[in-house]
Amino acid sequence: MSPRAQVFIIALLLIAAGVGLTVYKSVTLGFPLMPGEYRKVWTVEAKVQFDAEGGPVTASLALPRVQKHMRILGENFSAGGYGFEIEEGEGDYRAVWSRREAHGPQHLFYKLSVYQRDHVSKKSGALPAPELDQGRVDELQQSPALSAMQSLIEQAHQLSANNRGFIEQLAKLLNDAGNADAAMLRDSQGERSRAALMIDLMTTAGLPAHLIRGLYLENEQRKAIDPQELVEVYIDGQWQIFEPINGTLGLPDNFFMWQRGGKSLLDVSGGTNSQVTYSVIGNNISARSVALQQGTKVEESKREAVSLLNFSIYTLPIEQQNVFKLILLVPVGTLAVIVLRIMVGLRTAGTFMPVLLALAFIQTQLITGLTIFLLILVLGLGIRSYLSRLNLLLVSRIAAVVMVVVIMMAFISIISYKLGIDQALTVTFFPMIILAWTIERMSILWEESGPREVIIQVGGSLLVASVAYGLMTNPFIEHWTFNFPELTLCLLGIVLMLGQYSGYRLSEFLRFRHLEGA
Amino acid sequence: MSLLTKLRHAFITPGKLRDLGILGMNGRNVDYITRYNPRRLYPLVDNKLKTKKAAHKAGIATPKLLGYVESLGEVERLLHRLETMTDFVIKPTRGSGGKGIVVISDRDGPLFVKPSGAKLSKLDIRRHISDIISGLYSLGGKPDSVMIEQRVDFDPVFNDYSFEGVPDIRVIVFRGFPVMAMLRCSTHSSDGRANLHQGAVGVGVDLRSGRSIHAVQRNHPVSVHPDTQKPFSELRVPNWERLLVLAASCYEMTNLGYIGCDLVIDRQLGPLILELNARPGLSIQVANGAGLLPRLHAIEALGEDELAWPVEKRVEYSRALFGHARPVGVA
Repeated sequence: MSPRAQVFIIALLLIAAGVGLTVYKSVTLGFPLMPGEYRKVWTVEAKVQFDAEGGPVTASLALPRVQKHMRILGENFSAGGYGFEIEEGEGDYRAVWSRREAHGPQHLFYKLSVYQRDHVSKKSGALPAPELDQGRVDELQQSPALSAMQSLIEQAHQLSANNRGFIEQLAKLLNDAGNADAAMLRDSQGERSRAALMIDLMTTAGLPAHLIRGLYLENEQRKAIDPQELVEVYIDGQWQIFEPINGTLGLPDNFFMWQRGGKSLLDVSGGTNSQVTYSVIGNNISARSVALQQGTKVEESKREAVSLLNFSIYTLPIEQQNVFKLILLVPVGTLAVIVLRIMVGLRTAGTFMPVLLALAFIQTQLITGLTIFLLILVLGLGIRSYLSRLNLLLVSRIAAVVMVVVIMMAFISIISYKLGIDQALTVTFFPMIILAWTIERMSILWEESGPREVIIQVGGSLLVASVAYGLMTNPFIEHWTFNFPELTLCLLGIVLMLGQYSGYRLSEFLRFRHLEGA
Repeated sequence: MSLLTKLRHAFITPGKLRDLGILGMNGRNVDYITRYNPRRLYPLVDNKLKTKKAAHKAGIATPKLLGYVESLGEVERLLHRLETMTDFVIKPTRGSGGKGIVVISDRDGPLFVKPSGAKLSKLDIRRHISDIISGLYSLGGKPDSVMIEQRVDFDPVFNDYSFEGVPDIRVIVFRGFPVMAMLRCSTHSSDGRANLHQGAVGVGVDLRSGRSIHAVQRNHPVSVHPDTQKPFSELRVPNWERLLVLAASCYEMTNLGYIGCDLVIDRQLGPLILELNARPGLSIQVANGAGLLPRLHAIEALGEDELAWPVEKRVEYSRALFGHARPVGVA
């Protein structure tokens, strides 16, 4: 294979790898593609209360299942003096607290943080194949309300064309104040919820149905909220969730399902007056830290994601992360240099000196940086031209220039501070050795090729440095290089491809312009 | 003329460049230098002492070496020897682009006189030599050494085409075939240097006849030397065939596929190789008013047999292929 083809293939692989990892991180791990994205993270607290009778106590609370449209970031259980374990039952999890002996009021807490995912299908997860609860069917057959229910079902059937319409009509009829059957059922409902009544109607109509208990995540203030109920019914071969009061189908966006199916929410043995109360509080957290928390929470399905994050820059201490933030911008600056040199044909003093200048500009701001650089360069050139008359050896001459640069930096800082120009204090961010070498090289260039070439090269360097600075301080580029360091692979691929570029430079259209008539 | 048309005329179009077969900097680097010049062979041309030794071995004529200094300790002894000489050239062994070269053409008592008339003291010479040794003029600032060479006694034919300096002839040799040539004439504005960037005149030289084709200064066509007013149309390089043979034989000497050979013509010794360049510049195309690409492609199309031709046959082939059929005047 020719080197050209090899470069092409390697470059394509690198770019594909970079893009692939970025897409994976963004889609699967939820890293935000755009800077400044925030997610609302809800902290839900379930408080279990009961009065202990003095003997052994066991309390078991149904825990929320994994839901596609809600991501659980972390859980936390607390209860002083209680043993704790999580029991896995038939497709659900229960938190079980137990204690040999307890007296008086008891408080147990379960806390979890969760955020709502956008653009995710809310289809319910797989549940066991539905079976009509035969016992309940028989029970309902004996119920005095049976005829009212059957009549209502019959009416809803008449008014609807399919099962979905049937459910909507049923809910509507049940709300109808003028409907005698509905009024009778509403009266007989008593303490029981509308959802329970709906389930009875579904069961009578021969449709398997169960209750969903959960919380609406709304209102950011911390407050106690009551769990709400939805009904899930098996129609047309799949589970459908609907709101029992108005019959709206589908899971509401901000509904966090806590308990699905008929199992009890809380079982307490050895206690009385047990109840669960919920409180919810919402916080805005940057999407990136949400993704990071998500990544560090070990879930079976996310093993590979975790290992990716375990070896990422995020595992470094914050200080080093900040250093890397800067280092990861260097490839961007380098790419700018390469494009401007290879495609445009700008001449710079030193190949990557402009990148170092751009890094210094990031600390000093552009205008201040340019001013300080030019000031030091001009002063340095003046001093260097005197030094050259002193017949010094090259090494000591450069050393002398370095020291003069140091002294100039000190003076610039002190004088500008006295004058109240704080920005000039950032002079210290300029790499001294680079400055000294630039002065030395430029003064030789001046002697050898004249001031024109010096202006071309210094101007070219500053132009490239400014372009690199512009790119490196762009909020999007900053965000991408730090959060998606794998994009560096793409840059590497592009640089490899540019290395094969044998076309003309823009400057050559100027250089060879007099050949137009040839 | 509107600004846009003005702007349009300040540039040449990519299509036109391609039609002319102009080789660009990226094309030179990617398609020719990296492909035909193996890196390991560079030291032979980057180090002028090595070039000189190799040329000597291959029977290629170069200016005589008068002295060589590697360390600061030897400078005194060298200066002592220089005191007895009237004319010589100081060169950094690893310099590039003519940097650091000082020509001494005469003496004025203890002072050394440059062709421009500027006078240097012994101290100036010593500082220059120590700068060279410290690496001021070498690539990457590496420590260097100093060569003292015999000053070329230029053939008088160039007297009117060169101001205060060194007229040299650059021949691009591709795989042993000379493909393009130019004469570089120093001018007052180039400070006696034969460097086109600094204002020297580049004169394209016809490979067949050794006559000038076209001349440019700072990219602008000229017909007479700006200082002497001598028309370039009368210029004809003597010993042209021998010069091309000498240049082409540098291919065997270096094994570099794409080189620029810089030659001078000595009054007595004839053509001499001054230095070789593994990264020859592109201005030769401007001086010739023609692109390198068609010629390079023609050589690339040759078979093994042609590439193995002896040097005389290669030169003959190039002259027939790339030379102008009739003498051409200056543009």
